[in-house]
Amino acid sequence: MDFATKLLHVGVEIDKATGAVSVPIYQVSTFHQEDVEVNQEFQYSRSENPTRRALEKIIAALEGGTAGFAFASGIAAVSATILIFGQGDHLIAPKDVYGGTYRILTKDGPRWGISHTLVDTTNMDDIEAAVTPATKALILESPSNPLLKVSDLPRICAWAKERGIITIIDNTFMTPYLQRPLEFGADIVVHSATKFIAGHSDVVAGLAVTASPELARRIGQIQNSLGAILGPQDAWLTMRGLKTLKVRMDFSQKSALYIAQGLSEHRGVKAVHYPGLPGHTGHQLLRGQADGFGAVLSFDVGDVAVAKKIMDNVRIPAVAVSLGAVESILSYPAKMSHAAIPPLVRSDMGITDSLLRLSVGLEDPEDLLNDIIQAMG
Amino acid sequence: MKFTTKVVHVGVNTDPTTGAISTPIYQNATFCHPALGQSTGFDYSRTKNPTRSVVEKAIADLEGGSAGFAFSSGMAAITAIIMLYRAGDHIICTEDCYGGTFRVLDKVFAKFGLEASYVDGSCLAEIAKAVRPSTKALLIETPTNPLMKIADIQAIADLARDRGIHMIVDNTFLSPYFQRPLELGADIVVHSGSKYLAGHNDVVCGLVTARDTTLCEQIGFNQNATGGILGPQDAWLLLRGMKTLALRMDKHNQNATTAAHWLAKHPKVTKVYYPGLDEHPGKEIQHKQASGYGGMLSFEVVDADLVPQVLSKVRLIQFAESLGGVESLITFPYAQTHAEMPEELRSRLGISGNLLRLSVGIEDVEDIIADLAQALKK
Repeated sequence: MDFATKLLHVGVEIDKATGAVSVPIYQVSTFHQEDVEVNQEFQYSRSENPTRRALEKIIAALEGGTAGFAFASGIAAVSATILIFGQGDHLIAPKDVYGGTYRILTKDGPRWGISHTLVDTTNMDDIEAAVTPATKALILESPSNPLLKVSDLPRICAWAKERGIITIIDNTFMTPYLQRPLEFGADIVVHSATKFIAGHSDVVAGLAVTASPELARRIGQIQNSLGAILGPQDAWLTMRGLKTLKVRMDFSQKSALYIAQGLSEHRGVKAVHYPGLPGHTGHQLLRGQADGFGAVLSFDVGDVAVAKKIMDNVRIPAVAVSLGAVESILSYPAKMSHAAIPPLVRSDMGITDSLLRLSVGLEDPEDLLNDIIQAMG
Repeated sequence: MKFTTKVVHVGVNTDPTTGAISTPIYQNATFCHPALGQSTGFDYSRTKNPTRSVVEKAIADLEGGSAGFAFSSGMAAITAIIMLYRAGDHIICTEDCYGGTFRVLDKVFAKFGLEASYVDGSCLAEIAKAVRPSTKALLIETPTNPLMKIADIQAIADLARDRGIHMIVDNTFLSPYFQRPLELGADIVVHSGSKYLAGHNDVVCGLVTARDTTLCEQIGFNQNATGGILGPQDAWLLLRGMKTLALRMDKHNQNATTAAHWLAKHPKVTKVYYPGLDEHPGKEIQHKQASGYGGMLSFEVVDADLVPQVLSKVRLIQFAESLGGVESLITFPYAQTHAEMPEELRSRLGISGNLLRLSVGIEDVEDIIADLAQALKK
């Protein structure tokens, strides 16, 4: 089945009682039990809710996994995934990992005996050097946030599999439409579904998909025990958003390329990071492992004052955190998404104070480019 | 302002733009910044959402805390509290605590090196004896689930203060309408808001509030860092439920008292656990620290074979997990809420195959009793 068809028709069983084509919103906490001897499918909504279940089935099907799990936020999905490990375990993560994941690894990890090493995941030697006998998992983000660096996911996953290291891939930037890490050997995929999957800046949600029943059991246990679940209304809105994922992505990534090219040609822009540009270091690599380049780009204007001027003067994009919405969002990683990372570590990664990140939405691309250029003054 | 007034006015007229009496549902993920380095106070909904903020302020006001926090479930709320501690720390918990709390301590946090001991919360000496140098918190439920044992909140809070440890009270069963543990010296109050606070069996949610502002900051940090937040629609439904809290609690209390007295006289019922009954050992402490007994009771039937009979014969009362809703629910703790608890502990506590837990709703109590009567009849 083609992805576009799958998006609309998988996991959406028509409600038997009424024939409704859209999944009903089960705003309910508990379910009547017919028989004390029989374990019914639905008992309590924290454990299983029919609306949430529909979304969980859909994401599992789209990513090609054995089971899906929906959480109250992307970071709740990441936390649940990290909590399947235990005291004494070691994790490897990218240096430029999302600030929220960084916060869990650095602030919560040590409290519970989980250690980590941050590496440049575009460099296989770096990853290899970080492995210890206690290494249990490797967290990957590709393309990375906000510099859009591309890691060789198939190669890393194959390498990790040989060593029994679990690979966890944050697929937020690409979505299963453009990149399906489980197909090339990843073990777990996580999403901030707040972004492209729900796509409308209206839901905070997280998803996880597993490649094996054993990992599904472990994540399912954490989801139910810790209870950071997604509510039925938000689960329904996420499913509603998913229906237009392909058309939104198609449009936004075309616009992203147009804007990236336009900014590259502007003399006030020192660097443009977008893997869709043929000159981007990860361009060829991403071609081999994904069906597109996504709709997020970042650009460095070389001067903090100019960066601030742009943030002040843009009219079309929302100046805000988050990304992956129908509305374009312009953000300032040093002060927003990556503020939790100490300044020195940040600049070491290349996240300068003159770097801006643009999540390209569904506005006219020419309007967007012109708006950014006029904002530079 | 009296509690009943306060509870009706939670979230009233919070929208300066329109003056709407009811709080708007901000189904929104992110917020525009007026300019770089400036914020409206809202940046990203995981961190802070206007609808969730209203319900968070409400629980803090009702419990007497300095800040409140809303979570995607009662267990997510408990998790955010447990995450205040670290590997090597020790927590003392009520032995007949909610099965989900036991599970998260026993199955999840134990593997991260958090130690837990379980004590009879109604026995102060036993609690004192369990304190170790590494003890960081006491997690108390009163009345307990499902055996309705009463813990002396003030005495335990005094003990906790002396030893420099946190006193956490799960106040789900009574709600701030009947019992306000922070006023009695507790440090943190947690709720499964799915129960009486939301009250309609339609939302899964959790709430936390605390007195100390530093403690509140730490809980807020955990809420944002691990992201088990409550969505805006569910936050709004919780707020809506809270408005009738006082009316509902009075009715739950009245119906449960009547049902408990009726059950106590029933020939097929061997024991009734309800703090409103004269013979309840915790009645005096309950009088001292709470203004009601709540809507929860448990009872033992003479023969375990009666359990499946009652569960299949009840018509008005729904056989389902959870509690605290307007509809009466009956639960079999042994196989449902407390299934995760080791058999040895269950049998020692009295969570047997004869025990049923009843969440008494706000239907006409005569109908509830009639339903129980026909279900108990051979």
